[in-house]
Amino acid sequence: MNAVVFAQGGPVIPNFGRGDECIRNNGNFCLHWFLDNFGDRFWPRMVEHIELTAIALVIGFLISFAAALAAYRYARLELPFANVSALFYTIPSIALFQILVPITGIGWTTIELALVSYTLLILFRNTLTGLKEVPDEAKEAAEGMGLTRRQSLLRVELPLAVPAIIAGVRVATVTTISLATIAAFITPLGLGAPIFSAIQTGANTEFVAASLLSIALALIADVAIVFAQRMLTPWVRARSRAT
Amino acid sequence: MSAESSAAEIVLDHVTKRYGESPRPAINDLSITIPAGEICVLIGPSGGGKTTAMKMINRLISITDGDITIDGTSVRSLEVTELRRGIGYVIQQIGLFPHMSVEANIGTVPRLLGWDKQRIRDRAHELLELVGLDPAEHAKRFPSQLSGGQRQRVGLARAMAADPPLMLMDEPFGAIDPITRERLQNDFLRLHREVRKTVVFVTHDIDEAIKMGDRICLLREGGILAQYDTPEAILAEPADEFVADFVGADRGLKRLALRRVGDVELAPVPSGDGALECPERTTLRDALSLMLTEGSDGVVVRGEDGQAKGYLTIAAVSRLL
Repeated sequence: MNAVVFAQGGPVIPNFGRGDECIRNNGNFCLHWFLDNFGDRFWPRMVEHIELTAIALVIGFLISFAAALAAYRYARLELPFANVSALFYTIPSIALFQILVPITGIGWTTIELALVSYTLLILFRNTLTGLKEVPDEAKEAAEGMGLTRRQSLLRVELPLAVPAIIAGVRVATVTTISLATIAAFITPLGLGAPIFSAIQTGANTEFVAASLLSIALALIADVAIVFAQRMLTPWVRARSRAT
Repeated sequence: MSAESSAAEIVLDHVTKRYGESPRPAINDLSITIPAGEICVLIGPSGGGKTTAMKMINRLISITDGDITIDGTSVRSLEVTELRRGIGYVIQQIGLFPHMSVEANIGTVPRLLGWDKQRIRDRAHELLELVGLDPAEHAKRFPSQLSGGQRQRVGLARAMAADPPLMLMDEPFGAIDPITRERLQNDFLRLHREVRKTVVFVTHDIDEAIKMGDRICLLREGGILAQYDTPEAILAEPADEFVADFVGADRGLKRLALRRVGDVELAPVPSGDGALECPERTTLRDALSLMLTEGSDGVVVRGEDGQAKGYLTIAAVSRLL
């Protein structure tokens, strides 16, 4: 039967190569099939995945950063902000998607709302902690030398909070990349889509490939952020060298 | 650089600080005049308000009553950030910005004042040399790569960056080991002779006050002025028992430490060999200690040129007190 299909469709059906046998036996991971299908099946999903993550991180960061600045300035805001962000964090992700669907429909909005809400806790906490841990003497020196509040914040306090802020971004990024696979529970977007479809069809290679790609994305993002932190905060490494 | 330096006269005019509704003021009707170019040390027991008095000058603490003027201009008449940019500020914890290089730290106020980059750089290097650090080696380092003493030198350079006529120093050498502290004190006194700025210096250490101060302002609990005078006068004639107690029972010895054997009237050198000798830069206190330790009644003072300048006896030292 297969031979017939081959004969009929020879010129149009892509070359299955040696993956053919592997994929027919539903091998755990058929490299050739993966390589042949990467461009069509995986690459678009990966781009979507990166988009889902990036949008969630940017929006989550903007909200958390603004909230942390407000809580840093007005201490009474800290507890309500911390509680709200912690509350979001406790909602099971699948439940949250389900809750949001009737309100925001099936699509990007729902997915981003959920992803953003999971970034808030870590980003808010780390930013605020970073600001609060700026040494008092640095702030006193800034004030005593005639920096305005705003100058002190922009030139002294925020730069000194950068290591803590980046540490938060790092955790949020890795978590969001992992969590974004669940978005496919709502609609086939991102690397979750091949994973969900593979769960239904039992296609091992598709399942393994999509999962590995998601893990690889997380690892690459993590390394990139660590590298960015080293570039942005040379004084942190100087300290460890000095001791 | 001393040519461009300026110093300002500081006047505290019936200054009172009261916190909230507290009936006991932290500073009570304090009036002192600090002549331009002098080091005035604020000292007193905790609760005496010495740091409060200092911080009212750059308005880190607000004045409840009275006024403070810098060269006749009330500190209240200026924008607070403008006032502070014109006053050097050094604190015990130093407060260098950990994320900035030494050079950038020193350039903080010049940057606020809008100096161009080259001028800031040149100024930073000039100041590093002035405080005894090699610019080539230290300018690009981060504060965490310096020792405690080096950090305080950078703190000092940073405070002097825009050549302010007044410097406020809040226990600047308090957290530094005794040997480094002594070196920093000496270097600062030498520096001060070069760039005669008005300095308000807070300390809780009477020995440091006597060493550093042209004048000492001694505050007692409740922020009341106990005595404001030269170290010599405070040691010689304490205003009351509180002052006498505060400067210590060894105030006579402390006074001796202020004078050098070369500066007092000496007797002719007696004939004979084997007499005790000391150089003319020795303090009277050290000379006395030498005589007591060696069991001698007198010591021959030698000038810088090696010639015997005269003879000092224990009796002569005691007559000076």
